Amino acid sequence: MPGEMAHHPQQRQFNPYSENGGTILAIAGRDFAVIAGDTRQTEGYSIQTRYAPKVFTLTDKAVLAVNGFAADGNMFVKKVKQRLEWYRHAHAKDMPLRAIARLIQTMLYAQRFFPYYVYNILGGIEDDGTGAVYSFDPVGSYEREACRAAGAASSLVQPFLDNQIYFKNQKAAPGSAHPTHLPLSTVIALVTDSFTSATERHIEVGDGLEMYIVLASGSSGQGLEGVKGLRELSTKGEAERVFVIRRDLKKD
Amino acid sequence: MDHFPTNWGRPRNEKHDAYNTYPLHDRPYNGPKDSFAEGVQRTQQPIVTGTSVLAFKYKDGIMMAADNLASYGSLARFKDIQRLHPVGSYTVIGAGGDMSDFQYIQGMLEDLIIEEENTAADGHKLGPAEIHEYLSLVMYQRRSKLNPLWNSLLVGGFKDGQRFLAYVDLLGTTYTSSTIATGYGAYIAQPLLRKAVEGKEDLLTEEQAREIMEQSLRVLFYRDARSLNKFQIATITAAGATISESRTLKTEWAFAEGIRGYGAQVQ
Amino acid sequence: MFRNTYDSDNTVFSPQGRLHQVEYALEAVKQGSAAVGLRSKTHSILLALKRSTGELASYQQKMFRIDDHIGIAIAGLTSDARVLSNFMRQQAMGERMLFNRPMPVNRIVSAIAEKAQVNTQEYGRRPYGVGFLVIGQDQSGPHLYEFSPSGISYEYYAMSIGARSQSAKTYLEKHYESFMDSNLEDLIRHGLHALRETLQQDKELTINNTSIGIVGPAGEHEKGVSAEGSFRILEGEKVDPYLKMMIPKETNEGAGRTAAAADPAPGDEDVQMAE
Repeated sequence: MPGEMAHHPQQRQFNPYSENGGTILAIAGRDFAVIAGDTRQTEGYSIQTRYAPKVFTLTDKAVLAVNGFAADGNMFVKKVKQRLEWYRHAHAKDMPLRAIARLIQTMLYAQRFFPYYVYNILGGIEDDGTGAVYSFDPVGSYEREACRAAGAASSLVQPFLDNQIYFKNQKAAPGSAHPTHLPLSTVIALVTDSFTSATERHIEVGDGLEMYIVLASGSSGQGLEGVKGLRELSTKGEAERVFVIRRDLKKD
Repeated sequence: MDHFPTNWGRPRNEKHDAYNTYPLHDRPYNGPKDSFAEGVQRTQQPIVTGTSVLAFKYKDGIMMAADNLASYGSLARFKDIQRLHPVGSYTVIGAGGDMSDFQYIQGMLEDLIIEEENTAADGHKLGPAEIHEYLSLVMYQRRSKLNPLWNSLLVGGFKDGQRFLAYVDLLGTTYTSSTIATGYGAYIAQPLLRKAVEGKEDLLTEEQAREIMEQSLRVLFYRDARSLNKFQIATITAAGATISESRTLKTEWAFAEGIRGYGAQVQ
Repeated sequence: MFRNTYDSDNTVFSPQGRLHQVEYALEAVKQGSAAVGLRSKTHSILLALKRSTGELASYQQKMFRIDDHIGIAIAGLTSDARVLSNFMRQQAMGERMLFNRPMPVNRIVSAIAEKAQVNTQEYGRRPYGVGFLVIGQDQSGPHLYEFSPSGISYEYYAMSIGARSQSAKTYLEKHYESFMDSNLEDLIRHGLHALRETLQQDKELTINNTSIGIVGPAGEHEKGVSAEGSFRILEGEKVDPYLKMMIPKETNEGAGRTAAAADPAPGDEDVQMAE
């Protein structure tokens, strides 16, 4: 309708944002946290690369997953890492998890009127030794949770987690209660299933899975033995231990 | 990756300018929007554009190719333009998108290399990874000022026994992969490259790589209306970077006579 | 104290062609407790003597981490050192932001030297009152540099700065040829021997007054060192195994003793004009 165009001039403004697909997910246990993401990066219907990490270790006990607009995500992680380095210079120790969470909220909100188009999920071990997950929206609103999924397939994964972690719509057997914390082996199985399922049903998810596991000091790590593709990242004999599991996901 | 640089950085919308005559007609209103906007004009659209760049890893390093065409909308305006450019001792960059922005980038990198290699002259030379990091920072900063450099760039190189191939565009989006194609090449050439290269990066000889590259360029030339069958191929290996002279591909169009089923003709 | 006619500001040369203010700044470095640096093919190390103002006080900080691959030991005004090391940290992190690479060690040293030189030439400024030994590793291996308030920087096989550093230097000059092929433990032992030469008569190196800084792969007594051999500072109990490795001074060939005896300075207040 050319006539109408004259009345409504086309908006051809530069759009500084894009969406690069993928999904991230984190689950907190009693003395561990699992933070995972797929490694596909897309734009539109194209796969840009099959390996672009979305999950990053920040300290010996904090892992950050970033999803949304990849350029913003990478820049954000870079800036968080530099802030943490300054904290190390000033205090000669790593920033505690809850402080990193607040730092991330401040950094996100500082960009309130030109936001980082990213959903962050922070996982790790608190100073009291408990596993923790913090989830953020792009402008910094955040809360501590037991689990959270974000990204392209979050609407597929989150209901699954609600059911399997929070036991929503499940009744406990008479005379028993739902467990408050799940064992590591169960959590790893849930994460793996979440991603294989998301890969089946969402075109922007697939190629590879990176699952980071942070164990609290003194945690046995029971449930990790014999896991395929497992590698320990902590080498310095820290109290907390970090592992990564790398798996292939379907590439179609 | 969108075929048309005019559409990059814009919300996806198939409705307008379906025939891609843009920017020759229907220019957007670029005049003052308010009393402050007067006198400040930022890049809202690319003008003289280059199309796809292809690159992939092979046994000895990186092979990269781009044709010699710079288009003005649908007009094949300049047919002897270089879209591959060496940076420092170990790197070649290739560009699609706005050619004036690309020339600005060349100048900027030239200054950087003079500063890093000639002024410092301490043996700590910039490799492809450093140049890519620097470029992506520049691209991201410019997009954050809403004044983008309207390009999609490939950075390929070889340093300290390591191959490097990465992408960065006007949004600051980056990634690395063993095969990358920008522009229309992302649709046409990338699948061909992935099939030919993925898993064979350490086996392909230069000869085989060249064969794959030429075949991809040929298909692209048949399908991409903004491409040219005159191109250059760069190799970056342990021996350094070389960018070939322009070569012209032999193409065959006789078969087109026999094609039926789409286009203008009915039967 | 000395007092010269041409020393009231740093922009005026003395008739002898000297800048007295700059030389006084070099004196400030000599007032600080000593720091020693050594280099081998695989490691660069720093050793420093920490002072304490008394039984009730803590010991001063003599070493700063600049980045994973760079660290410094200081002699002179600690507050000036904090300003400069902050600048170095900024430079190092800027390099990581811009190029995602560790800053080449020579460049970070040149950067502070350039900064210090400005203070020796512009009116209304004062030179920094602190000297550094900078160790680091980059693509070209481990390095040791000295930085001084005059704006000069040099690379060394081994070097010492601070009070009575001449005694340590004498020790280093005698032994430096063996440093390149030394392992970390031997290198540290040499460093401690050199540092010991700077002590006053009745003092000795203890776990409280000794700091050791290292870049390079983990040594025999070390645990929890990253694969890249990042810069780390050893203090307190961690220094103990190295102190135990030292050869007691009496049985030590006697070379150090003569050097110490040759040192005319009796106290910490030894002030000499530069030659």
